[in-house]
This record gives sequence, structure tokens and C-alpha cells, in this order.
Amino acid sequence: MAEAEESPGDPGTASPRPLFAGLSDISISQDIPVEGEITIPIRSRIREFDSSTLNESVHSTIMRDLKAVGKKFMHVLYPRKSNTLLRDWDLWGPLILCVTLALMLQRDSADSEKDGGPQFAEVFVIVWFGAVTITLNSKLLGGNISFFQSLCVLGYCILPLTVAMLICRLVLLAGPGPVNFMVRLFVVIVMFAWSIVASTAFLADSQPPNRRALAVYPVFLFYFVISWMILTFTPQ
Amino acid sequence: MAAADELTFHEFEEATNLLAETPDAATTSRSDQPTSQGHVAVAVGSGDSYGAEDEVEEESDKAALLQEKQQQQQQPGFWTFSYYQSFFDVDTSQVLDRIKGSLLPRPGHNFVRHYLRNRPDLYGPFWICATLAFVLAVTGNLTLVLAQRRDPSIHYSPQFHKVTVAGISIYCYAWLVPLALWGFLRWRKGVRERVGPYTFLETVCVYGYSLFVFIPMVVLWLIPVPWLQWLFGALALGLSAAGLVFTLWPVVREDTRLVAAALLSTVVLLHALLATGCKLYFFQSLPPEHVAPPHQAASLPTNIPLSPTLPRSMAPS
Repeated sequence: MAEAEESPGDPGTASPRPLFAGLSDISISQDIPVEGEITIPIRSRIREFDSSTLNESVHSTIMRDLKAVGKKFMHVLYPRKSNTLLRDWDLWGPLILCVTLALMLQRDSADSEKDGGPQFAEVFVIVWFGAVTITLNSKLLGGNISFFQSLCVLGYCILPLTVAMLICRLVLLAGPGPVNFMVRLFVVIVMFAWSIVASTAFLADSQPPNRRALAVYPVFLFYFVISWMILTFTPQ
Repeated sequence: MAAADELTFHEFEEATNLLAETPDAATTSRSDQPTSQGHVAVAVGSGDSYGAEDEVEEESDKAALLQEKQQQQQQPGFWTFSYYQSFFDVDTSQVLDRIKGSLLPRPGHNFVRHYLRNRPDLYGPFWICATLAFVLAVTGNLTLVLAQRRDPSIHYSPQFHKVTVAGISIYCYAWLVPLALWGFLRWRKGVRERVGPYTFLETVCVYGYSLFVFIPMVVLWLIPVPWLQWLFGALALGLSAAGLVFTLWPVVREDTRLVAAALLSTVVLLHALLATGCKLYFFQSLPPEHVAPPHQAASLPTNIPLSPTLPRSMAPS
């Protein structure tokens, strides 16, 4: 800015300035020129962005959503006190996790005995209605977290338990036995603790301090029930 | 003796004046409450009917004052969120306090008046029922696991339908029985002049918190010794029913003896039915011949004993 003011004031400068050569053509008054239009370049960029999501390929749309989901998975696996899960909530991740878990946990349709494991619908209902109940409980106790943010956090924190389910199914391929059971018990306990730590890292701050335990206890019960379903899974 | 009585009577008046001036103080200042409760307990112990009658009078005065204040505060309609938020207006320490009060019922301490203090909450009943339902299903399944360890002929299955049965039965008990009780007490309201009935939420609260003692009882039922299980069951049932009876006694006392006796015995009987039903349905004692499916039973000789220490399976049949 200082150079622009100097160049009309010093027309007799011997050294040519190819960088500011065009400036002499502009009529700038001797006073400080504070006038003109200021365009915000960001707005045009956003318009470009919006129209480009309509025209982009399906592949890039899906990859963008998958990357967002994957980024949140990383936040769950390495829980730090960050706001990413809360700010850009989405329910794709919880849906993928819940469907995967329910598909793996459901009992075989050929095995129609009355007292078997849960059906697909039972797991689905437990996960979603459990999450809704915990969210309502948290809001009724006076927490300042929005409904879908809380659902998002609770759903994403099922990821360690889904990993535990995968490991348990692999371990069960080796055949039953006490060692088998000990390994599964250890894996499920570790993943249960991981889920609790991850969800508490995100949810605990939204409650007033004298009610934090009241809001965290239902989360504990929720993941305990899911861990129990994983641990008692017996393939027929 | 007369000087001691006058002294305790003055204590009651001070407490009533305090409550009349600042009705909210009853819910927040709990530090000085234990001392006055201690004096109340002494008065009831020394002169039984006189002290108890005074306590009932003071309780009815306090209740009337607190209910007036509560009616002034019941402005939000039932369609607003803040209406339901008023039922969850409890802190962690308050919930723990109420749980402790239900675990240790004392004759002079009415659960509703001394712990709820006209601020019933729905958090306790709801989550205690949820915990009890899941603990019942989980421990029932665990006993099957442990039984299978001892006797491999028992067929293990996750028995997930028991979760549904447990949930429905516990929630129905904890909400329908207080509804019936509340309705009955309101119907008999005309007979009693002085002590008003409890509100529906207070009745639900009393029942919900009284179910808490069943949670450790169910966990202790994992120990597979039958007489110990019945002992724990009787203990827990006694504690829980005592809490209910002590809470209901001031309300039904003015009624006719027949109605009071019938009501209290019905309450205790229903509670006992719940405990017995849970024991019999979720913790069935399993004779191995009845449980094993036919293809497994055919492969095992019938003289394998339950106790694994006897090596009779090695003996030729």
C-alpha cells in the first residue's frame, strides 16, 4: 500500500517498476484512496463449491462421506477432547455399525429354538432405542448437547464393540474351549472399557458437574448390554 | 419428664416455622436436617403414641405448606419439555441419598416425607427398573453357564427372550401397582381428614426406589446354594416391604383397621410374588435329564453325577 502511494507521488523515479507499471494509469488522488468496491472472494468460491457437488461424480460424493465417517472412526479409536464428532454430526457411521453388529449377532434362521440369541430386529431396536433413551435422559437432566449430536456420539462409540464382535467370531472358528472363552472375555472387556472412555470423553462435558454420574451411568448400562450380547454369542 | 416434652415440642415448632418461611430450604439445606431427625427419632422412641401423633400433625402442616408452594410452581403445561424436566431435577448426591434411604428403612422415617421432600423424581424409578430387568436376564443366563460348567449335558443358549420378559414384567409392576395404589388411596381420601394422600409420582418413586434392594439380591443369587438363595430372598424382601409399609403406614392409619390391614398385606403379598416369580422363572434349578435335547442325552450315560469330584464316569456302567 505504501508503494502504491509513493509511485504517483514520485513520477521521476528513474528505475522502472515492471511490477507496478499499470498503476500509473489508475487515477488515484493524492489523498488516501479509501473508496471502491470490495468484493469478498470467498462468496464466489462457495457458489462454485455448491454447484460443483451437483456436478461431481457419484464416486467423489461417496468418497467424501466415507472419508468423513472414517475420520470420525479415528476420533473414536483415539479419543481426545475434540469437537469434531459433535460439530459435524452424521448418522451414517452409527447406521453402518449397527447394521454390521446386528447382522453378525442375529441367530441363524434355521435355528428356530425358542431361547436363542437375539434377532436382527431386537439388536437394532436395542441399539437405537437405547441411544434415544440415553439422549432424552441427558437432555432432561439439563445437558446442553443437541439430540442428534448425542445420537451420533453414542452410535460411533459402538465401533470398539463391533471390532470385538469381529474378533470373537474369528476366535470362535478355532473351536470352543475355556481358553477360547478367556480370550473372548478379555477382548470384550477391553473394548467395553474403550467404548465407555470414548463416549465419556465426548459426552461428559455437556452435563453440569453435579449430575455427571447420573448422565454417564445409562451409557455404561447400554454398552454393558451390548457387550453381554457379544459375549454370549454362540454360533449354531 | 414434662420439661423434656416441652423441649422436644419447641424443636418441632422451630422446624415448622423454618419450613413455612422458606419452603425451598427443605430441599437444599440437608446439613441441619439430620439433627432435627435425630430429635424426632428420640421423641418417637420415648412417648410412642404422643410423639407419633405430633409427628403426623407436623408432617401434615409441612405437607400442606409445601404443597401450596408446589401448586404455585406448576405453571408449565404437560405438553412442554420443561414440565418433564422438572421430574429429573435431581443431583447425584440426592439420588444416592434416596437409594440409601430405601435400603435402610426405619420406623420413624417416612420415605416420602424425609427423602423425597415433595420433589419426586422419575430418574430413580426408571433406571432402577431398567437395571433390574437387565441384571435379572444377565444373571439368569450366567447361572445357566455355571450349571453347564458343572454338568456338560445341559444345553446352553443365550435365552435372549428373557430380557423382553424381564423388562415388561418389572416395568408393569413398578408403574401399574403404584397406579392402583394411588387410585385406591384417593378413593378412600374421604375417610382421612388430616393426612393427604401421596401424589402419583411419589408413589411411583417409593416403589421404584424400593426395588433397588433386589439388584444386589439377584447378583447374590448366582451362588448356587438353594437355602442361601432363599435366605437372601427373604432378607431383601423384608427390607423392601418394610420400606413400603413404613411409608404407607401414616396414610392408612386413619382408615378402618380392616382396610388398613388388607391394603398393607396386599402390598407385601404383591412384592413377595414379584420376588418369588423372578426366582422361579429366571433361576430355574435345572435337572440335566430334562434340559438336554434328545440327541445329546442319547450320547451320554445316565450315571454321570452332578458333582465333578466323583470319578464314577470312569467306572464301567
